[in-house]
Amino acid sequence: MARAADLELASVTKRYGDTTAVDAIDLKIKAGTYCCLLGPSGCGKSSTLRMIAGHESVSDGDIVLGNDVVNDLPPAKRGTAMMFQSYALFPHLSVRDNVAFSLKMKGVNKVERSIKATETLKTVDMERYAERLPSQLSGGQQQRVALARALVTDPQILLLDEPLSALDPFLKIRVRAELKRFQRELGISFIHVTHSQEEAMALADLIIIMNNGKIEQQGNPRDIFNAPATEFVARFIGGHNVMPIDGRKISVRSDRLSVGPGGTAGTPATVRDVEYQGTAVYVSLATESGLDMMAIVPERTFYARPFETGETVSVSWDPADIHELAA
Amino acid sequence: MLEAKSRWTPYWQAAPLALVFLIFFILPLLVTFIVSFWTYTGYSIAPAFVSDNYLTAFDKCFSSLPDLCTTFRTYLSTLKFCFLVWLITLVLGFTIAYYLTFEIKTPTMRIVLALLTTIPFWTSNVIRMISWIPLLGRNGLVNQALMGAGITSQPIDWLLYSSFSVTLSLVHINTVFMIVPILNSMSRIDRSLIEAAYDNGASAWQTLWNVIIPLTKTGIAIGSIFVITVVMGDFISVGLMGGQQIASAGKVIETQITALQFPIAAANAIVLLAVVLMIIWTMLRFVDIRKEL
Repeated sequence: MARAADLELASVTKRYGDTTAVDAIDLKIKAGTYCCLLGPSGCGKSSTLRMIAGHESVSDGDIVLGNDVVNDLPPAKRGTAMMFQSYALFPHLSVRDNVAFSLKMKGVNKVERSIKATETLKTVDMERYAERLPSQLSGGQQQRVALARALVTDPQILLLDEPLSALDPFLKIRVRAELKRFQRELGISFIHVTHSQEEAMALADLIIIMNNGKIEQQGNPRDIFNAPATEFVARFIGGHNVMPIDGRKISVRSDRLSVGPGGTAGTPATVRDVEYQGTAVYVSLATESGLDMMAIVPERTFYARPFETGETVSVSWDPADIHELAA
Repeated sequence: MLEAKSRWTPYWQAAPLALVFLIFFILPLLVTFIVSFWTYTGYSIAPAFVSDNYLTAFDKCFSSLPDLCTTFRTYLSTLKFCFLVWLITLVLGFTIAYYLTFEIKTPTMRIVLALLTTIPFWTSNVIRMISWIPLLGRNGLVNQALMGAGITSQPIDWLLYSSFSVTLSLVHINTVFMIVPILNSMSRIDRSLIEAAYDNGASAWQTLWNVIIPLTKTGIAIGSIFVITVVMGDFISVGLMGGQQIASAGKVIETQITALQFPIAAANAIVLLAVVLMIIWTMLRFVDIRKEL
């Protein structure tokens, strides 16, 4: 139903007074991509999303959607739709009227907009709740209604501002899977802002990692996890040990470290903490030079020769697992 | 022991306010109601149970229709003022609340400006009204300015002691009663709703009409109740600013009280109360103000 379109950002900049929130970023998102903007708070990811949505003016650069520069268009004329963090459902309107809101604004007659709204509610499996008020729905249901309200305009790109942050952990995982399914079925691009690397890894075809208003790295989750470009990326996505060697920085994945009894080959270290996680055991280590490390050891391997907190061990890794980081 | 305590605690906690209401609200109302059935002469009042006072209040009112009797004309005039003042305070109050909520960006500034609107309350009602006189009188500032600027050649008479001045002073006194409740409901509107409306293609007016006004409805209702009850019973503004020439329901009661005709005054008060309650009841059929409490 929706027409998918490519999105391109050309040295897009956002300045608030003297501070630069987004610093000349270039970005291409092909139609039908699930893209996650990932970064710590204040990195510029929300500003970027809001500029694409048309809720924030662009200080410099161009946003191109399909074949059009959309910098100066209002949100509804861009072909984007936004799903807000707290869903922003109108509390005084029924689920159906919420979904039909944009149609009403366009002047579509009552019967037509009711039909269209019901249709859209069906795609998110919420048509049974059409007469309810948002306050009578659970968090997950509200999220679906918000999704339906965004989709009723047939957007080319759906923008999601931390859509899962209001949900409890169990629901989060379920809704996450739903979002991915909707994106696949609709075939349009989703641009999803999050600060959770786990969420980004699970969902994205393309992860954009941002820091200080700049893009640190972009790529598919596997490439980023296996080859973090910078120390920031390696630390932010987690599961990596960053170490200085000969004035350079390298990283080794936590699950590639092996921990052996003290005195064997490798770097000597003290066990600081042991965390049981079911499938694996997380062993926190401190080397003699004061470097903190984390080894993720499969449960069976760990319990073949368990270590206690305070014990001295040797940490080693295959040289092939060493990944060089850019300065 | 504990059980008994927890069962009675809420009643004890509510008791002081209930007592205040009983002594200063229920009791006087009850007395007024009882006295409205008493009889009176030029120099005395006596307990009785007669409906004469109510009959006098509506003397020949129904038989002379379609011509309006004095009572009906008085109520019509009061309702006219009430409607005008309600409409103007509503528009003003809504606009000011809107400005404070959506145009002022810093919370500190919002609080400062909201407090500014309450400054008229630092002086008494009567002083606030009297201070209009040097401004609006025949030789007042406004007339002098108009004549000085050559806009009029002689003083404008309708500025003071007229319907205009009555409406003006009532609006002046009552606008803040409209601002505060509307400001209260408006400031609870989640900003992302306004953004969501914009995202859904709503223009500023469409957002106002479809999102902000419906979500401010309870505040509007509460403000309207304040304004309508005050204006319906007003006799000071109508008296002072109308040059004692304009009739109002409150003024009638005041005159009768001055003449010590308490029973007829009480009957008129009960009628006025009934009219105001009917207006409020009608309003509450459209808006559920409990949502705001």
